[in-house]
Amino acid sequence: MANQFSPETSDAELVRLAKAGELDAFEALTNRYEQRVFGLAMRMLRQEQDAEDVAQQTFLSVLENLEGFRGEASFSTWVLRIASHAALKIIRKRKGLNTVSLEETTEPSDDFNSIPHPEFIADWRQSPEHLVERNEIRRLLDDALTRLDEKHRLVFLLRDVEGLSIQETAAALDLSEANVKVRLLRARLQLREDLTRVLGDPERQLVRLPHHHE
Amino acid sequence: MLNEYVDGTVDPAVCEEFEKHMAGCNPCKVVVDNIRKTITLYKDGQPYAMPMQFRERLHGVLRQRWKETHQPQKKAEL
Repeated sequence: MANQFSPETSDAELVRLAKAGELDAFEALTNRYEQRVFGLAMRMLRQEQDAEDVAQQTFLSVLENLEGFRGEASFSTWVLRIASHAALKIIRKRKGLNTVSLEETTEPSDDFNSIPHPEFIADWRQSPEHLVERNEIRRLLDDALTRLDEKHRLVFLLRDVEGLSIQETAAALDLSEANVKVRLLRARLQLREDLTRVLGDPERQLVRLPHHHE
Repeated sequence: MLNEYVDGTVDPAVCEEFEKHMAGCNPCKVVVDNIRKTITLYKDGQPYAMPMQFRERLHGVLRQRWKETHQPQKKAEL
């Protein structure tokens, strides 16, 4: 869709124009973030219809709440926050729960001491650059993501895939930074374990001597 | 600590100590390397493309809602 805004126009400027009633500015913002929102939703939900629902709910919510957006967080963090909550809502609904809480108090075990140590340690047979070109890899990546608890999955996707900072991820999910770090480490280690069991070279497997790094 | 090390954001003073340990701990080096590769795979993997048909529908819905919420006076006048 052609519009008059160049890629250099900042999100903040587009938000200002959209608030002033310019539909073109709102559409430009939608164009910028719709793929990211859809991609995040697909990775959370693995179901196209549900991901479309998340995208639609997210941008309708952006439209309706733009007036109240004060720019304390960046626009991208705000949009990903709305999308994250919409995706969680669908996951909870699937599980038959009605709450969308990400509260830390529900996870007393989420501290660094409870994180499992790496088990299968081996260099990978191929570099990531080669691996991304293999079609079956997406399946492997998605399966590993699905095995993560959604709380950990969201933190990993926002921080490591979407590139939010620890602070932004914490703000987007209403978590403390400490909690984001624990969840991130848990997610990274579990994904590493899962992927290395498939991609690691068994002939180069290493034995880890028990010790701590904290 | 491992997070910060993977991200390259560790305090240099702490990092030095950690580096020393890492130099003598091959399994740890491999774990860090595995984690960095894991992140790269997810970050650089093929993105999910939003279906074109849905995109058109989405923009239609948004334009409609925009009109409903942005010109109430004009509508009332009609």
